[in-house]
Amino acid sequence: MASRKKFVCLLTGGILALAAVAFLSLSLGSVRFSPGELFRLLGGNGSRISTNILLYSRLPRTAACLLAGAALAVAGAVLQNVLANQLASPSIIGVNAGAGLGVTVACALGALSGFAVSAAAFLGSLITVLLIALFARSTAVSKTTVILSGVALNSMLNAASESIAVLDPDVAMLTTEFRVGGFSSVSYPRLIPAGIMILLALAVLFTLCNELDVVSLGDETAQSVGLRVGKYRILFLTLSALLAGAAVSFAGLLGFIGLIVPHFVRRLIGNESRRLLPLCAVFGGVFVCLCDLISRLAFAPYELPVGILMAVMGCPVFVLLLLRLKGGHRHA
Amino acid sequence: MLELKDLHAGYGRQEVLRGVSLCCHPGQITTLIGQNGCGKSTLLKAVLGIVPVRRGEVLLDGCNLKDLSCTEIAKRIAYLAQGKSVPDITVGRMVLHGRFPYLSYPRRYSRQDMEIAQDAMEQMGISHLAQARLAELSGGMRQKVYIAMALCQRSDVIFLDEPTTYLDIGQQWKLADTVKALAKSGKTVVLVLHDILLALKLSDRIAVMADGRMEKAGTPAEILRSNILREVYGVGVGQIAVPGGTEYYYERSERP
Repeated sequence: MASRKKFVCLLTGGILALAAVAFLSLSLGSVRFSPGELFRLLGGNGSRISTNILLYSRLPRTAACLLAGAALAVAGAVLQNVLANQLASPSIIGVNAGAGLGVTVACALGALSGFAVSAAAFLGSLITVLLIALFARSTAVSKTTVILSGVALNSMLNAASESIAVLDPDVAMLTTEFRVGGFSSVSYPRLIPAGIMILLALAVLFTLCNELDVVSLGDETAQSVGLRVGKYRILFLTLSALLAGAAVSFAGLLGFIGLIVPHFVRRLIGNESRRLLPLCAVFGGVFVCLCDLISRLAFAPYELPVGILMAVMGCPVFVLLLLRLKGGHRHA
Repeated sequence: MLELKDLHAGYGRQEVLRGVSLCCHPGQITTLIGQNGCGKSTLLKAVLGIVPVRRGEVLLDGCNLKDLSCTEIAKRIAYLAQGKSVPDITVGRMVLHGRFPYLSYPRRYSRQDMEIAQDAMEQMGISHLAQARLAELSGGMRQKVYIAMALCQRSDVIFLDEPTTYLDIGQQWKLADTVKALAKSGKTVVLVLHDILLALKLSDRIAVMADGRMEKAGTPAEILRSNILREVYGVGVGQIAVPGGTEYYYERSERP
């Protein structure tokens, strides 16, 4: 009961924090809106320029931050459970890079619609995640080796994306911000299909929390309680690829959210998915929105791509995790 | 009754079980013994469908297990695996996952599931650890948690692969009492043990395996009389009458 109360408190706090950062994200920028002005604009009473700034710049940007944060944090938590490895996250094992290659190929082929880009990102991330799962399963190597092979795959996929960008200057132009990760050029046509994919994947995952927990008990134990492990592993990997791919399609290659947020939340509430996943979604949104706010305000009028800030914050956390990797999944 | 008929199973190209037949009766403890790698654990996994069966069949109360879904098998057979992951979740939640086969819409554990999990924890003497994290427990306590999880499945058949691993001698005896109580309640209990002396004391029937085959199955007395233990292990077992029963001891093999 105590942990239920803690969960309710954390969820409430998280939602309040989410509302606060979203409010700040809508209000602050090169043009600042006071709270009263913001409510007037949201109510449709304001100057045309201010309304346009809010509706076509701040609102999609804030929604993109919240969606990308939720998607990447939940994808990280799911990957960590399914691969039974605390170091798994979409950016580290190459899932984001796979999505990035998908987007780069789509751009090179001239497929620039929101749906085409989202689909290409999803396909890229799905192929990557299935390759890693296949490698882990067929070779039965250690968990660290799986991560290291993911890191190698990550480099290879990034190299492929870079090669295409070098060979095709148009692609390089189209994907410059994308490769660093950021939200400054988010638009509704790109955001809406990806947002729908993210919300659907989150809804499915929230109903499969017990299955996700049972997958993490290990193949034999999971099967002994009636779970078809192979089928669910593929389902969870597909859903995490869908989340990561959709987020990458409009936010670019954002790193470390899938690592930082799940670990922060695990420390607060433990590893039970029915509490972990909703909190990851909320705190992921808060974290990315806050980082985006910092990145656009800290050096105003210049804007630091949020991906750079994420990398600066994520690297120390990754190293810390490597050093502290004693808890979590072990073998009896 | 659990019936195995001419069971062949293995991993990849390697055939581990080569025509194993065995009957396990309700209310009895059947123990599989044999040298390392002889196929004891594989036998349990083949019955559960974890290792694919190549030939032969497994019947549970006349029903072929290959016709049942994973969930249906889990409702009928609980299994304590030999090698287990240690997820960093609470003991209470881990035991509760034993009710997973009974989950239906909206995929949440019911109050009844929680009461059954509580009973299983009390049976194993770990109810005070319900909020403790599994990863922080000793190997012996974890083993009790896994056994409680298996009990939580409330199945008619229970497979325990090396259940005494990590348990001290006092805990081993307590576990033996629990296993006897399960059999007495009408369950079909199948154990895999390396401790032959414990197997002889605890079991109603013993099945001796070697090289993927069933060498001999019978009561402990029949197994002792047959000399099969010396043939398989190169070590004999003697018995001595003591007040209240029989004790067994290893006899060193006389090699030429």
